[in-house]
Amino acid sequence: MVEKALFAIFLEGVFIKNFLIIQFLGLCSFVGVTKDVKSAAGMSGAVIFVMAMAATASYLLYTYILVPTGMTFLDLISFIVVIAALVQLVEFVVRKNIPSLYRSLGIYLPLITTNCAVLGVVLLNVQSEYNFMQSVVFGIAAGVGYTIVMLMMASIRERSSFVSIPSSIRGLPQAFLIATMLSLAFVNYFWVIPI
Amino acid sequence: MNVLAEFIRGITRDNPILGLVLGLCPALAVTTSVENAIGMAAGTTFVLVCSNVFISAMRKQIPSAVRLPIFIIIIATFVSIVRMIMEAYMPSMYAALGVFIPLIVVNCIIIGRAEAYANKNAIFPSFIDGLGISAGFLLVLMLIGGIRELLGTGQIVTFGYTMLTLPVNPAVTTMILPPGAFLTIGILMAIVNYQRAKKRARGG
Repeated sequence: MVEKALFAIFLEGVFIKNFLIIQFLGLCSFVGVTKDVKSAAGMSGAVIFVMAMAATASYLLYTYILVPTGMTFLDLISFIVVIAALVQLVEFVVRKNIPSLYRSLGIYLPLITTNCAVLGVVLLNVQSEYNFMQSVVFGIAAGVGYTIVMLMMASIRERSSFVSIPSSIRGLPQAFLIATMLSLAFVNYFWVIPI
Repeated sequence: MNVLAEFIRGITRDNPILGLVLGLCPALAVTTSVENAIGMAAGTTFVLVCSNVFISAMRKQIPSAVRLPIFIIIIATFVSIVRMIMEAYMPSMYAALGVFIPLIVVNCIIIGRAEAYANKNAIFPSFIDGLGISAGFLLVLMLIGGIRELLGTGQIVTFGYTMLTLPVNPAVTTMILPPGAFLTIGILMAIVNYQRAKKRARGG
């Protein structure tokens, strides 16, 4: 495994391997929570937070517990449990210390446990054999990429909700057609950057 | 209970992708070819049928307050089995599907069926429900995979056999890149909405 620079990993996580529109991870929230910018921002904030923490916790768990005991076949089950526990923990801490943040993020936190983007980050980190810093940077980068696309999508949908289109395209089909355009832009612009 | 009707319901009204709109991530990510679509659907079928039967058998023992974590652990166990089998016997398929085989565990279809159906019904209906939903999943995945492969490469090649070749090669490479997936599912959903609106207008 060639040692990759942290900045290269960051750019890769944000643009080239963008979780939502290149890798198709976390699509439920992509079409479900992008009806207005405010909720998209709330969801994104929660995702960045949980992704960075999940990347950290799962790296420690995998390297210091699962590998030495030879139980790497349990990785899937243990990662799921760690993510669920982490989401609960974040919910408790935020509710106790920052009630205003809880009011805006609260309802999105439970959704994250079954968001495949978070488990995706963790599994991709293991698959790419990243070290500690690389794992954490990739986790943050994936969250930032997620946020950028969520905000773009929500802004476009908010503005295009007044255009006149056939009623059978309104709603989900329209969202997917917008996603097609976004994805085309990402594929064409960012696959040409040599990293 | 009409077994056939229960089975068909999974393909039409409760179709996981186009009807219930669950499990979109694998439906878009791995459908670059029909072959991958079949592999993905096979893995999901195994997990869905097994978890439906198992959860239905245990439904009286599972305390309802902690049922969701228990469902997730049961599902994760079956996914680990599929993952190991695929890695051992179908390494090329496993490499093509990549991270999406372990991600079956967070596929909303499976936990959705566990919560909405298997938790309330007896073993045999849950088994049929699992099979029906899986068949619906397989058909939609093959449809998306077929459209993308045909337009993207000009032919459909499945397990070494050429199924279909276009007389002129359009080779719209975009179709097998991510944008093609969004375009295909957007158009399919628009068609489904249109048909439903027509049916409603007829009063059906």
